[in-house]
Parts: sequence; C-alpha cells; structure tokens
Amino acid sequence: MLPARSRRVRAVREAALGYLLVLPALAVFGVFVFYPFAQNFRLALYETPPYPGLPSRYVGLHQVGQVLTSSSFLQSLGATLLFVVIVVPAGLLGGLLLAVAAHRRLRGMTVYRLVFSSTVVSSVAVSALVFGTLMDPVVGLLPWLGLNPSPPILQNTTWALPAIAVMAVWQFLGLAFVVMSAGLSAVPEEVLEAARVDGASERTVFWRVTVPLLSPTIFFGLVVATIYAFGTFGQVDILIGYSNAAFEHVNLLVYDILNTIQVTKTPGQAAVLSIALFVLTLGVTLVQLRFIERRVHYGS
Amino acid sequence: MGPDAGVEVGGDLHPQVARRPGRPRPRPGRRWRLAVRYALLTLGAVVVLAPLYLTVVNSLLPPSALAERPPPFFPLHPRWHDYPVAWSQGHLGVYLRNSAIQTVIIVCGQLVTSVLAGYAFAFVRFPFRRVLFVVFLATLMIPFEVTLVTNTQTISSLGWYNTFEGLAVPFLATGFGTFLVRQAFLQIPRDLREAATLDGYGHLRFMLRVAVPLARPALAALGVFSFLAAWNQYLWPLVVTGSGDNVRTVQIGLKLLQGTQVSHTDVALAGTVIAVAPLVVLLVAFQKQLVRSLTGGAVK
Repeated sequence: MLPARSRRVRAVREAALGYLLVLPALAVFGVFVFYPFAQNFRLALYETPPYPGLPSRYVGLHQVGQVLTSSSFLQSLGATLLFVVIVVPAGLLGGLLLAVAAHRRLRGMTVYRLVFSSTVVSSVAVSALVFGTLMDPVVGLLPWLGLNPSPPILQNTTWALPAIAVMAVWQFLGLAFVVMSAGLSAVPEEVLEAARVDGASERTVFWRVTVPLLSPTIFFGLVVATIYAFGTFGQVDILIGYSNAAFEHVNLLVYDILNTIQVTKTPGQAAVLSIALFVLTLGVTLVQLRFIERRVHYGS
Repeated sequence: MGPDAGVEVGGDLHPQVARRPGRPRPRPGRRWRLAVRYALLTLGAVVVLAPLYLTVVNSLLPPSALAERPPPFFPLHPRWHDYPVAWSQGHLGVYLRNSAIQTVIIVCGQLVTSVLAGYAFAFVRFPFRRVLFVVFLATLMIPFEVTLVTNTQTISSLGWYNTFEGLAVPFLATGFGTFLVRQAFLQIPRDLREAATLDGYGHLRFMLRVAVPLARPALAALGVFSFLAAWNQYLWPLVVTGSGDNVRTVQIGLKLLQGTQVSHTDVALAGTVIAVAPLVVLLVAFQKQLVRSLTGGAVK
C-alpha cells in the first residue's frame, strides 16, 4: 500500500493528464463552437448602421422582433419547413424501400447494395451540377420527358423548391439506405419466421413485426434527416442564387443567414436568424424525442 | 471489392431463399416473386444511378450532341476532350490538391483529438469528467451553420481568410468522433489496463501500444466518415476561400465551373466526374468502414 501523500500526488498527476488530453478538442470547441454560439445572443442586440465604419448600436430586443416579423424571414421559414417536410419522409421512405428490397441474400446483391449506397459520396455541388443539367430547359432530360413548365423549373416559383428537394433526397438516399440496412440486419430472423409460422402474411409481418423492431433505426434516421434537411442550401446557391426570380421561394434559412452575412453585411440580423435556426432544429428534434420516440420499440 | 464486403449489411441467411443443391426446385409462384424482386431492385438501381450515369455520358459528348432529341443514352463516339479542359481551365487539378490537403489535415486532426479526449474519458480519472463529456456531446446539438456569423469574424481577425488554417482549424475536433472512440475504448477489458499497469505501462504507452491498436476498426470508421464530410464540405470553404485560387477546394471549383461557363455544360460535367471519382474509389475500397461509421453507435 502506498503512503497517502504519494497516492494524492498520483491522483493529481492523473487529473492533470486527463485535462491535458481533453484540452486540444476543448480549445477548438471553445473557440469555434461555444464562443460563436453564445456570441449570437449578444450580436442580436446590436444593429449595424447603414454606413460602414460607424460603430454598431445597441437596440435591445428591437432588432429581434423586427427580423422575426419581417416578411422575408417568414417566407424563408415557410420555404425551409416545406423543404424539410418533403425531404425527410421522402428520403427515409426511399432508403427503407431500397433496404427492404436489398435485404435478401441473392445473387448480385453486393452490386445492388453498392449502387444503393453510392450517393453517400455525392456532395452538394455534385448533386447540383448533375441535376442542374437534367433539369436544364434546353439540354435537360426532364423537359424532354415532358416536365417542362414555363418559366423553366429552376426559375419557377412553384417548382424550384420541389426540384431542390429532389436533389437533396437523392443525395440523402445513400445514407438512408446504409442506416436502414444496418437496422434490418439486426432484426432477428427467428422472430419473423415465428410470425410466418403463425400464419401472418408477408405484409403483416412487415408492418407488425419488422417495422416495430426497426423503429429505433427509423427514429435515428429521422433525427439525422431532419438536421440534414435544415442545413441544406448549397444547391440553391449554385443553381438559383439571390438574383433569380424564384429566389424568395427557395430562400432556405441557412442561405438567408449566409446572404445576411455576405451581401447585406448585417451581423446582428444574421445572429437573430442563426438563433432562429438553432431553436427550430432543436425544437423539432425535441418534439420528435417527446412524441415519436414514445412509439419507438427498444428491445429488451 | 471483396466477396464478403456486403455481408455487413443484411447478412442474415434467409432459409426460404438460399437454395442448396439437391433441394426441390422452387415453386413457380416463388420464382415469379423472385423475378419481381429483381425487377424492383433493378428499377431502384436505375433511379439511383441514372443521374450520375447520364452525367458521365454527357461529359463524353460533343456540346452539339447534348441538345439532340432523343438524348443520346450511350456515348457511341466518346470524346475525352472535356476532361483536360476541366482539369486545366477549371483549375481542377489545383482544387483537387487543395481538397486533398484540407481533407488530410482535418482527418488527421480529428483522429488525434478524438483519440486523446476519448482516452481521457474512458481511462483517466479526473474531476468534472462527466460534466466535460456532456459538454463534448453538447457540440452535437449546435449545427455549424448557427456559428457562422462569429466564425467568419474570428477567421478574419486571425488573418486566416484564404488559408488552409482557416479551412481546417475549426474542424480539428469532433464531438461525434470523441464519442465513437470513447465507446470503442470502453470495450477494452479493464483487466488489460490493470495488467499493463503492473507491467509498468503508463497511460501514454498503454494508449499508443494497446488501446489504439485495439480500437482500429472504430478509428478506421471515423477516418472514413471525416474524410467524406471534409471532402464534401461546401458552406465553410465557400465563406473562407472567397478569392483564394491557391486554397479553393474542388466543391467551390465546381460552383465556379457551373457559374462562369454557362455554354460549357459538357466541361462542367466532366469536372463533376473528376470531383466525384476519388470518392467512388473510396466507397468501393472502404464500404465496410463507411457503413460502420455512418450508422454510428445507434445500430447494433
């Protein structure tokens, strides 16, 4: 047994080592996550004067109310929510369908799986360029197939948002497929077999046994998809831009933040929008936790 | 790809499908269903792959053939001319190099900080360890977009615009990665740590000689994940490499290809193929690690 003093020295040295190991990551988080996050709440109270060079002015909550009730914010909020409502279910359902279809040990399945997961490598820019060409009014495939609204899809106030959503869903499919497949492979085959022996049809087995057993995975996918959808904006930046006729209808919240920083150059307003985005993402996630996770079946 | 690369996903053996020689041939109804399943799988594969396939086809066509109706679905006379053009005029060679540098810095940085912090959280005893761990997890709740306003100001005051520091430093630590590595370290038997202590191993030697080699699968998964995320970043490179041709990444290069050369769709598409090619290689080579990392700890 060591003497008490030596044990204490050892504990102190161990604690010092612990802090030292945590420090690099903590420093990065402090400077680039927590500080800028907290800073939003201070910036939101200051207004940028109309002429550059003047100091910003303290206006309290005035600016917060002004931004949150502005028509441009409300339009952006509406577009973002609509976008999320399209992308999340479509992406998850698509991934689930592909995963169910590929969940058999058949000849050639390795190739199908590789194909289905392939879009995980695609980036925002890649999906934008690929689909931008497909939707081009002159050389595009979609106009040739008869999908040729006027004005063209990406300048069309009705169709631009769904078009961007299609790109986002396609880009998300690979991830959704990978996640759903992994969940499916964890569903024990004996349970499904037992249900079949009891005379349940394939459809009943799927809805009453597979889906409940898969619900933790679906829930995980739901949270990931929601965060992904709220963060999307790149396709709008590449294909539409803020001078486009359809811009107001696809002005997703992140794009609005970016333009408020870079074009309008009003950090205070951008901070208000950032807080709104944070509250929105967190709120939706919490609602999902509260109301949907109750229906999730976690195995014993 | 190895013959068993797909087993990770949906590896269960389905007795009703996996026929062994000598068994009775399947009933006609079953064969029908098999055909339907393959038809659905192929349909899914076509939908998922068509956008990228058509991009490759279009990149091999002369500009005049792009607008042909019906559109050519196969390049009868492939023309590689656009690739060197995209490479040199679109500066894709430089941008690919920049993306590679940025990605390598981020991947290495994240691996190092995650191993250090993950080890501290798993093996080292120090006050407020739990609190700090919760702080690390809290970073997952703050989307990067929310910190954009102040981060751009930080980068500007550090003089890091158009530098690799500016591109990479904010991403040198990851809460997700730390969590992943900590979970892997926690699976190492405590006895092993005690035995190593008796052998005179200090923390650092144990971490490097025992813990890290044992956690290799988790580290590989984290590496692939951060590679993908870093390579495909769009928002941050867009913001911090506004005028820096010498640090601009390939994703932003694609945006410029799309934006400046409207009449050169074929070149932009060739650029897209060039940008996505390294990741396709990565997907084929590391499918298993990718699946493991994308599903995190959420799926058993």
